[in-house]
Amino acid sequence: MNDEYITDNYQKTPAMLFFRAAVYAVLIMAAIYFLIPLVIMVLTSVKTINDIRTGNLISFPRQFSLEAWRSAWDTACIGVTCNGIKGYFWNSVKITVPAVLLSTIIGAANGYVFSKWKFRGSEIFFSALLLGCFIPFQIILLPMAKMLGAIGLAQSLPGLILVHIIYGLAFTTLFFRNFYVTIPQELVKAAKIDGAGFFRIFFKIMLPVSIPIFVVCIIWQTTQIWNDFLFGVVFSSGETQPVTVALNNLVNTSTGVKKYNVDMAAAIIAALPTMAVYIIAGKYFLRGLTAGSVKG
Amino acid sequence: MASLNIENVKKRFGSVEVLKDISIDIAHGEFLVLVGPSGCGKSTLLNLIAGLETISSGVIKIGDRDVTHIAPKDRDIAMVFQSYALYPNMNVRKNISFGLETRKVPKVQIEKQVKKVASMLQIEGLLDRKPAQLSGGQRQRVAMGRALAREPSIFLFDEPLSNLDAKLRVEMRMEIKLLHQKVGTTIVYVTHDQIEAMTLADRIAIMKDGVIEQFGGPKEIYENPATMFVAGFIGSPSMNFIPCKIIERKGELQIPLFAQNNKKCFIPAKGVCPSPEKWKGREVVLGIRPEQISAFSSTEQGNHSVFKLKCQVQLTEPTGPDTLIFTQINNRKVTCRIHPDKAVSPQKSIDLGIDMSKAVLFDPETQKRVY
Repeated sequence: MNDEYITDNYQKTPAMLFFRAAVYAVLIMAAIYFLIPLVIMVLTSVKTINDIRTGNLISFPRQFSLEAWRSAWDTACIGVTCNGIKGYFWNSVKITVPAVLLSTIIGAANGYVFSKWKFRGSEIFFSALLLGCFIPFQIILLPMAKMLGAIGLAQSLPGLILVHIIYGLAFTTLFFRNFYVTIPQELVKAAKIDGAGFFRIFFKIMLPVSIPIFVVCIIWQTTQIWNDFLFGVVFSSGETQPVTVALNNLVNTSTGVKKYNVDMAAAIIAALPTMAVYIIAGKYFLRGLTAGSVKG
Repeated sequence: MASLNIENVKKRFGSVEVLKDISIDIAHGEFLVLVGPSGCGKSTLLNLIAGLETISSGVIKIGDRDVTHIAPKDRDIAMVFQSYALYPNMNVRKNISFGLETRKVPKVQIEKQVKKVASMLQIEGLLDRKPAQLSGGQRQRVAMGRALAREPSIFLFDEPLSNLDAKLRVEMRMEIKLLHQKVGTTIVYVTHDQIEAMTLADRIAIMKDGVIEQFGGPKEIYENPATMFVAGFIGSPSMNFIPCKIIERKGELQIPLFAQNNKKCFIPAKGVCPSPEKWKGREVVLGIRPEQISAFSSTEQGNHSVFKLKCQVQLTEPTGPDTLIFTQINNRKVTCRIHPDKAVSPQKSIDLGIDMSKAVLFDPETQKRVY
């Protein structure tokens, strides 16, 4: 939308052309710098182990093979079991989907209350909740472990889901509250006079206009929860571990030759869902993050 | 449809009292306008009537029903907001029917009602559009349609025209008045625009700092303002306030007016104030509207309430139907409304005829009317 300012209204001087070229050069370098690791990962993952042993790191595969991917998914050994990372991948799905959905929905309800149904002391509650955004994960590990033990959810998927929901609430509440603050209070007043109550206003009026912020929350939470390692390694064990932990164990499991191609394939598999989320919903992410920051 | 009684209503936000003992009674079918500068409490009062704010003390009755502590939805009211507050995710039809649906009105009846309202407001063609696809005036109509659909006993309007441009505002003002004539429902209307107040109201309540300064019909308020604030707030250009002193001269109490050129005239105080005796020798403020000072014509020679004063014109503002001229009387800037043909250019002198029949006096201390 700012294109008008950059278009050919000006005479292009050599200095300006040089400046332009320099900008592009820096951008291209940065892009290459960030892309090289991914390219090497992909290349390595489709090489055979012989190829890796004899070739060099950035050479193209002499023989294209998906064997490493199959192995990473299905047969690679993690610890003593040799079933690949597929089980752990589904663990991560089973953790991420409910944790993302629940934390987002509860965050939406919280944000709705903190913006449209303020009560005495609601600002204090909100500030307290915001503190959650700044508490480092490591601090809460022990108390959380104790608590999970007390309610009988230690080392289980539901326990891990619960931790993620609680930890995500600070962020999702903040997102939704700041979004709903930009929606005029008069809308709620009008609905009240029209006879709608707390829930009807939430479901019929607020939720339908919240799609951009839902997308932001879902991307944010999916990335956070899928990529989490610390909670996964602490609050789960063995069969219930998420894919990030399994990936670590896969790489650290040494039986004979180090299978770089399998490691790389497994790493890419573990990263695919978050990448997919970004690619599908990325443009909504930026739009949603900046929504409301500029009026009109 | 119902009357509205507001008795000794107070509203405090923390330690700030924004409404101090408000009492208003209007009869069924009346059009009440609450008018005043921003921060006078008029919108708060409307919110109290709607039930959107809780009342600190006092009683509000709609019809014979005490609604002081009843939820907004059960008060049988509908409200039109300044920002229209249309539900952005619903089309016009849904916006209008939402209130009926929450009240579980049968589908057939809702459809009938939407149709009726849409044709009354001429928005049949817009029923399937979203609010974002409407112009300001159209949104305004939809907002009114949403209020009308429920056929409430009282309509509340919160500055409904202030987001429209000047021309549309005048059009919609007329439509609101027509609508009121057609449906005859009691209306409470909040505005800061004194022209809206004058043109629409059966009754006006002028508010300032949480107090009703005056409550009455438009004509009464215009002609008999109770305070200097009311006098200055209603009418455009606003009333001239000329400081003067009541003196005894030739055996009667008179008010001297002098122009810049030392021309003088003396006005018998009796004509402005029935009992001027106790004000003898004291300062008062003479309130006189611009249209009561016009060019002196010979036909007014015999009229005892018109006084001639030759003044020097400082500035003229032609508005079309009238020309406003600015001069000084008693060292105070005074606006006069002159027929354009009679206007003279600045620095020249003009014989002004000051019609005292509708002039009023104020106490400069209390700002209240002197009778």
